[in-house]
Amino acid sequence: MRTIRLGSGAGYSGDRIEPAVELAERGGIDYLVFECLAERTIGLAQQAKRVDPNSGFDPFLEARMRAVLPTAARLGIRIVSNMGAANAPGAARRTAAIAAELGLKLTIAAVCGDDVLSQVLDGDYRFEETHTPVRDLRDRIVSANAYLGIGPICAALRTNADVVLTGRAADPALFMAPIFHEFGWAMDDWVRLGQGTVVGHLLECAGQITGGYFADPGYKHVPDLARLGFPIAEVSEDGELVITKVAGSGGTVSAATCKEQLLYEIHDPRRYLQPDVVADFSQVRIEEVGADRVKVSGGRGSPPSGTLKVSVGYVDGYVGEGQISYGGPGALGRARLALEIVRDRLALTGVRMSESRFDIIGLNSLHGSRLSPHESEPYEVRVRVTGRTDSLAEAARIGNEVETLYTNGPAGGGGVSRHAREVVAVQSVLLPSELVKTSVETVEA
Amino acid sequence: MKLREIAHSRTGDKGDTSNISVIAYDDRHYEHLRRTVTAEKVKAHFAELVRGEVVRYELPMIGALNFVLGHTLGGGVTRSLALDAHGKSLSSALLDLEVPDPDPSR
Repeated sequence: MRTIRLGSGAGYSGDRIEPAVELAERGGIDYLVFECLAERTIGLAQQAKRVDPNSGFDPFLEARMRAVLPTAARLGIRIVSNMGAANAPGAARRTAAIAAELGLKLTIAAVCGDDVLSQVLDGDYRFEETHTPVRDLRDRIVSANAYLGIGPICAALRTNADVVLTGRAADPALFMAPIFHEFGWAMDDWVRLGQGTVVGHLLECAGQITGGYFADPGYKHVPDLARLGFPIAEVSEDGELVITKVAGSGGTVSAATCKEQLLYEIHDPRRYLQPDVVADFSQVRIEEVGADRVKVSGGRGSPPSGTLKVSVGYVDGYVGEGQISYGGPGALGRARLALEIVRDRLALTGVRMSESRFDIIGLNSLHGSRLSPHESEPYEVRVRVTGRTDSLAEAARIGNEVETLYTNGPAGGGGVSRHAREVVAVQSVLLPSELVKTSVETVEA
Repeated sequence: MKLREIAHSRTGDKGDTSNISVIAYDDRHYEHLRRTVTAEKVKAHFAELVRGEVVRYELPMIGALNFVLGHTLGGGVTRSLALDAHGKSLSSALLDLEVPDPDPSR
């Protein structure tokens, strides 16, 4: 029975790079997959590309490629990543240039077609979240990208490209495509598609299944998190899956780490909607079969809906924020006074906010006031004021009013931080799959 | 006792919806969790934060429950004004829930 090994080299754009190098060098992997594209990143990337047509791809593309390409080329490890972001062809050209610089002869493929801005603007769609018409936000929309499935990524792999770069694709699809490509599984094999989704879903956050985001001293111990190893999936031709990691790396792979990741960002476990399948995790079994080796079986699925989820990015006003700390006896009282003063000042100076928060970090900023115990007063607290405005100038006023507490507010305030920024928010639209036209471009290094 | 003594948890986010898993350390406690950690109880625990419905899904094969909390993340991570815009820390808040001891004779 043939088995392939996939490594997960990143759980997000800014993730650690050495664990990916470790996977390439010592993981015995056939594929190295980097999932780097958060929900709104593509909107920001699209804006960057408008300013500079050669930008718009992942800011860490260069660092990652320089780190892993030499080993990957030497060992024949193929790379799949969504680091193409808003400009997969640009990312492919840049990667080819890096490969050439490193003296490597490689083929880089770019998967295109996820940019569906014109289709979305031409149609009569409503946002899934608010049920309001997309055209109401027409002038503020900066991007619309469909979550592609495994089809176009498999097409790119069939070109024998050493590196495949996509823009927006369903995160699990980045892992499923190599498996379907290698084993020739059918695109209507709903059981295989369901189990493949399990593989992709478990791997897509990298360290989150090898003990990252898991430790809780006294309850859940994880060794050597500073050298956390990233995960490897061993997948056999009959769909059997074992999750493991590089021997000797930090972290742990256990039934518990796999269970937490299986349910991460899942709603109805019977209906995890993907471009190629509605995956069903309800019958999944998780079983420790060795040290840092966990067998995961029982993924199933049914046919998809015929629509693809599209993330629509739009400019959604501005947000300003200011923070200041108080410590020692009476810190909480001075923090509460500080909040009152800033509230009054924002009203007095006419800063219009459509939404605002007046938090005390150390007391109620995460879970509100109801869940915080009241019996003891914290030694130190941090005031946080933030609000949504229609202009950047007004957003900046919020942090400014916190800053003026230095000389105008309660005693002993210190450590002000402040910022103001434009907000690119994201909502989704469902687009008929047939309106999404994908293609593959290749570049030789 | 606190839920933390018998279960572990992780939070995920999709738009304005948060999901919080509750996973038994010991599979034998799953049935106890299923009986005692209801959607109503979770909604009451997070009364100040949840603006929508709380739906619970059961996963007996892995001894886990999955709670889906609607309209909980200030409009979603891309527009929320919250310090923890993803609501990632909510799992820890849920583990503070008071539950009956599954084995009071110990």
